[in-house]
Amino acid sequence: MRICTLLAVLFLSFFGNAQDYFPKNDGVKQSFKNHVAITNATIYVSATQKLEKATLLFKDSKVIEVGTAVTVPKNATLIDATGKTIYPSFIDLFTEFGIDKPQPTPRRGFATQYDSSREGYYWNDHIKPEYNAYENLKYDDKVAGSLREIGFGTVVSHSNDGVIAGTGLLWTLNDSDNNAKRILNTKVSQLFTFNRSKLSNQSYPSSLMGSMALIRQVYHDAKWYATGSSKTKDLSLENFNANKNLIQIFDAGDILNKLRASKIGKEFGVNYIIKGSGDEFEKIEEIKKTGATYIIPLDFPDAYDVSDPYLAQQVSLSDMKFWNQAPFNLKILAENKVNFVLTASDNKKPKDFLDNLRKAVLYGLPKETALAALTETPAKILNQSNLIGSLNKGALANFLIVSGDIFDDKSTIHENWVQGNRNILDKMNIEDIRGEYNLVFNNTTFDLTISGELDKLEAKTVKDSINYGTKLTYKEPWVTLVIKTKDSVNNSFYRLTGIKNKTTLEGKAVLENGTETSWTATKKEATDKKDDKKEEKKDDKKEEPKVPEMMPITYPNIAYGNPTKPQQETILFKNATVWTGEKEGNLTETDVLIQNGKIAQIGKNISVTNAKIVDATGKHLTAGIIDEHSHIAISRGVNEGGQNSSAEVTIEDVVNSDDINIYRNLSGGVTSSNLLHGSANPIGGRAAFIKLKWGYTPEEMIVKDAPKYIKFALGENVKQSNWGSGRFPQTRMGVEQVYEDYFTRALEYKKEWAAYNASKDKKKVAPRFDIEMEVLGQILDKKRFITCHSYVQSEINMLMKVAERYNFKIQTFTHILEGYKVADKMAEHGVGGSTFADWWGYKYEVKDAIPYNAALMNGQGVVVSINSDDAEMSRRLNQEAAKAVKYGNVSEEEAWKFVTLNPAKLLQVDDKVGSIKVGKDADVVLWTANPLSIYARAEKTIVDGIIFYDLEKEAASLATIQKQRSVLTNSLLEAKNKGLKTQAPKKKDVGHYHCDTLGENCVVSHAKYQ
Amino acid sequence: MKKYIIIGLLSCFTYGQQTPAPKQTKSILITGGKAHLGNGKVIENSIISVKEGKIAMIQDGTNFKPEKHDIYIDASKKHIYPGFIGANATLGLVEVDAVKASDDESEMGQMNPHIRSIIAYNTESGLVEAARPNGVLLAQIAPRGGRFSGTSSVVQLDAWNWEDAVVKENDGIHLNWPSSYSRSGWWAEPGGIEPNKNYEKQITEIQDFYNDAKAYLNSNPTLRDIPYEAMKGLDTGDKRLYIHVDGEKEIVDAILFKKKNNISKMTIVGGYYAFKNIPLLKENNVSVLLRRVHDLPLLEDEDVNLPYKNAKLLDDGGILIGLQNAGDMERMQIRNLPFYAGTCAAWGIDKERALQLITFNTAKILGIDANYGTLETGKSATLFISEGDALDMRTNKVTVALINGRSISLESHQTELYDRYKEKFEAQAKE
Repeated sequence: MRICTLLAVLFLSFFGNAQDYFPKNDGVKQSFKNHVAITNATIYVSATQKLEKATLLFKDSKVIEVGTAVTVPKNATLIDATGKTIYPSFIDLFTEFGIDKPQPTPRRGFATQYDSSREGYYWNDHIKPEYNAYENLKYDDKVAGSLREIGFGTVVSHSNDGVIAGTGLLWTLNDSDNNAKRILNTKVSQLFTFNRSKLSNQSYPSSLMGSMALIRQVYHDAKWYATGSSKTKDLSLENFNANKNLIQIFDAGDILNKLRASKIGKEFGVNYIIKGSGDEFEKIEEIKKTGATYIIPLDFPDAYDVSDPYLAQQVSLSDMKFWNQAPFNLKILAENKVNFVLTASDNKKPKDFLDNLRKAVLYGLPKETALAALTETPAKILNQSNLIGSLNKGALANFLIVSGDIFDDKSTIHENWVQGNRNILDKMNIEDIRGEYNLVFNNTTFDLTISGELDKLEAKTVKDSINYGTKLTYKEPWVTLVIKTKDSVNNSFYRLTGIKNKTTLEGKAVLENGTETSWTATKKEATDKKDDKKEEKKDDKKEEPKVPEMMPITYPNIAYGNPTKPQQETILFKNATVWTGEKEGNLTETDVLIQNGKIAQIGKNISVTNAKIVDATGKHLTAGIIDEHSHIAISRGVNEGGQNSSAEVTIEDVVNSDDINIYRNLSGGVTSSNLLHGSANPIGGRAAFIKLKWGYTPEEMIVKDAPKYIKFALGENVKQSNWGSGRFPQTRMGVEQVYEDYFTRALEYKKEWAAYNASKDKKKVAPRFDIEMEVLGQILDKKRFITCHSYVQSEINMLMKVAERYNFKIQTFTHILEGYKVADKMAEHGVGGSTFADWWGYKYEVKDAIPYNAALMNGQGVVVSINSDDAEMSRRLNQEAAKAVKYGNVSEEEAWKFVTLNPAKLLQVDDKVGSIKVGKDADVVLWTANPLSIYARAEKTIVDGIIFYDLEKEAASLATIQKQRSVLTNSLLEAKNKGLKTQAPKKKDVGHYHCDTLGENCVVSHAKYQ
Repeated sequence: MKKYIIIGLLSCFTYGQQTPAPKQTKSILITGGKAHLGNGKVIENSIISVKEGKIAMIQDGTNFKPEKHDIYIDASKKHIYPGFIGANATLGLVEVDAVKASDDESEMGQMNPHIRSIIAYNTESGLVEAARPNGVLLAQIAPRGGRFSGTSSVVQLDAWNWEDAVVKENDGIHLNWPSSYSRSGWWAEPGGIEPNKNYEKQITEIQDFYNDAKAYLNSNPTLRDIPYEAMKGLDTGDKRLYIHVDGEKEIVDAILFKKKNNISKMTIVGGYYAFKNIPLLKENNVSVLLRRVHDLPLLEDEDVNLPYKNAKLLDDGGILIGLQNAGDMERMQIRNLPFYAGTCAAWGIDKERALQLITFNTAKILGIDANYGTLETGKSATLFISEGDALDMRTNKVTVALINGRSISLESHQTELYDRYKEKFEAQAKE
């Protein structure tokens, strides 16, 4: 590949400007460069310095002088730019321009590739810090041209491929010279993404959380490698360490991913420049808090074509709203003083970039900020302010000549100069030939009218009220007219061609019969000027673009979001049947006061001032439901199944606070969910225990002080019975040995670190930090707890014995459908069982699953909970608990604990939640009836004393959604009628994860193989 | 004790389907129970006489002196219901979802009206026996997949073989209506859900198939065409057309199809947005077997409780509706059929009307209402006694169930395992 590039460069050098020490074999050496002076222009020397009637003087590729009193050398080439505006040309920090990309490796068969395909590099193919864009160049004239058309002169190019995608170079869009001159800096940046390389099929990472864990491990490994402790060569890590001082760019994407990138950066003391996606306004406070500089795309969605109401129904309110809100993004970023630069990288059609930029300015983005974001700011980030981004002395002669204000819709970019080379986009100073003429040829006089836009002239030829069809082309100074003759039977034409001469146009005419003669068109005196003006005014009015009202941003910014984050209230429930879940049991006609997010009082006739009174007569108040096993609210992948252990990943990294299923769960009385990794591997990832604080951020939802968990899994899924192949283990026998292996290694790892920490040797070098081993070490230290996906009794028994051999205990078995067979052993070990009420029949290992499982385990003293593993069932967990009354005669109060206090116990948060007790968190639900009854509906769901779901307000919420949809539908229809580009209505793809969902995209909603 | 040993041995070999009960020979009298007739009516203190498989008499038992019967069942403080009917089910067609060898629910190809579910129906399926203890005693077994999935039949759930199980053979043909939306891309790079460009074409294919079938059936072809032959009976009403469809626009198109082709009996299966087409459904006499009640809304913006309220919306509109539960884990979930009805009641439908959604209404739609679906004199004695409200999980405890007067076993592989381990632990506790 590199040889090809070099050849291309050599080849170019034959007709480009050769370097002065190169041999010259195609002629004689020429070196003269004239001064060029552009005069009488309005010049933006920088985003903040504007000069009127100024001159820009440059020679070769650099600015010699700029100002209002520039002495122009004799014989300099002069370009008059009266009325024009000159800007430094734009800089894009985020392009893939001119990168020669290798083709992705096709997958061969169905076999999964677990190991790296490279030698001497990092163990993971998706880590490519050694990749250098400058070694893979293929300058593309056509693309360069399209970027120059929208004002760019200098770009940073990366190959956007891989989790660590390698370095980018800074170069110019200079067609006239070769790479030797274009390249300003070979390595300016290192690019990170959350996406795998397309060049490798190595399965890890298969999820977003996997990518995040991988990046962290690279940082640890690079630090360790730098100490010289590695016995082997790792070219990736060597390059990574060498790239440390480059700009670190993170292509993050959507709103939550930006916060995720920032989080990693903060952990390792790196200030990423974060590439955004245009939705920053949705969480502007959090964006602000990151303190990062953002690269913002200007890709606004096209209007949805909602003319078919059936199809239109499928477009979600959030998508419609985004169409309305997106153009305001930059205004909001500017108002909040977020530092940003702009990129055209997301625009499929580069021209949209300029249109959208102007739209953003119209919608409130200050022009100075816009200009700075395209010039000064990126130059500063690149530490190249002396060279690009301004037109100060010594800077590159990279500038634009614009007909007026570049942010004005009507302005055109006439010229884009790169390194002193002229690129004409739209010829300036064209002489205006519009007007009315007396056209004379062949002894006949016609009335000729030339009108229209300068670049799109129209002509009309009339004699004796007869209109002669006329086509006009004007390529200064040549005018060509093709006029249809009177003869309508035989199509014949007069062809007139000539040039402008003061007030006349004149030249040669060829008549229909081939006779040549001459023609003259003499301009008439202007007569009806007044009318013209009126017309112009009308046109102006028509084109005046209107800025629509911005739809309110809600938290989250989708249906059922709140205009502000809901806040804590003091609430007094009067006369409720209270299911305390404590030794007091169920209390009738009882009052409960919640205050400051806690349960403050329980009793009869409580009275307080300033409390919101809820009459709960005939209703039931319970602790909120806790789902011990949930996969809602997770972004891009619930399984990191690329390896048989993935202890290094954590769901806490990928909590998706904007998932509608949070709200749906609230509607079913759920107040917290334990978000688990899937069951694709024996050692899964770490869990996230969240409170369903709808509208809050992931960080605010995660319960920070709750004990930490990790998911393990056994049986069919981990031995790949129903998916994949080729990974150890393939049997239950192998599963045990996976644990033996990992815990043995974890012990050795601990020992190594203990020795290091104890050593007093001043020259001691720290061992390699391994995130996975750290986590396994936490398990051995009883600081992290296992919840294990399990089905059959043999494997359940096995894992308890493994744990006992390593001196810890399993905290919870989840699913545990054959738990009833070994309930006595479970009780002895002290492990809890979190099971389904009545699921079975979906795979072979559940053939002995029985709905009496919960009752039998409970009978043996196992702490039992009923969980969902399913976004639908999780909002009916009260019904699922009630099934324990049916199957096995569990008492109602005990059954209720299966979804409240018992999961709290299993998660070791029962001191804070799970029952109604003074001092506990105010996570409560008001039900219309006995919560175990099929007829019960959750009426109010409260988390930390904040009402997040209120059945009584549902009608109002729906009305708001309906109203906003119809307002937006009307503006979408208006947009279509105006002839704006539209897109077909798209339905939002909301999938649901289960234990066995593989990959990042949750396309198929299925629960077949839990 | 002996009983358990025998059962224990059996379960080593099979899922242990219970032995079907023999034909009713002895008359049964059930007294004192609260009878929910399935047609909206209730008899608080009922008396039910069951003879030769039929309800010989049912009436208010207060101050009534019945004649002598062989067996007396005291149902006082208990509830009596007609057997629940699982419509559009795949019971007995798949045993274990993940085991391909046990899967017989979907044939290859698109136009399969000739594919008959009944012959693959496994009366000894463990899922069949697990449905019965919750009151599900009848089911319509329907094939899945393709455009025309095939022909369904209605069975009772206590039989030696499929022939014995038949209540109504080949009751209808199932058609999966195309969707005006389809998913683009593939799993690793999903392209989102976009308008289905082939929607009109797919409808035309259905119409063409129907036209050809009709032409075939109205002529005297020398060569047999099995799929077209199977289409017989749709215009006469001998077979019902079940169109599986949820979308608002698609439902309109499906009804237009019925109108255009003079299809006599048609039911929408799914019908999530049927409530938006109530006048059209009514005008064309189209009933609905409603999409699974325990489900998530299809769209983000929708009422989060819409799947629960849907039955109420249609019922208020005067549409004949029944419940069904096609979808993930549908076979094992069929025992939750009563709780789907219960949920409909929680969200607005009167409880007795909710009961109709899984009894009388379903029987009417399936065309078995002459014999099943309600507790009425002269109808089949397919009923059960529950300790309490059978639509509520807490109180759905079936003690006696009759199918055609035969007192069926309420045991299953699951109850047997329960008993075994309960005994094990009880014995351990004594030690």
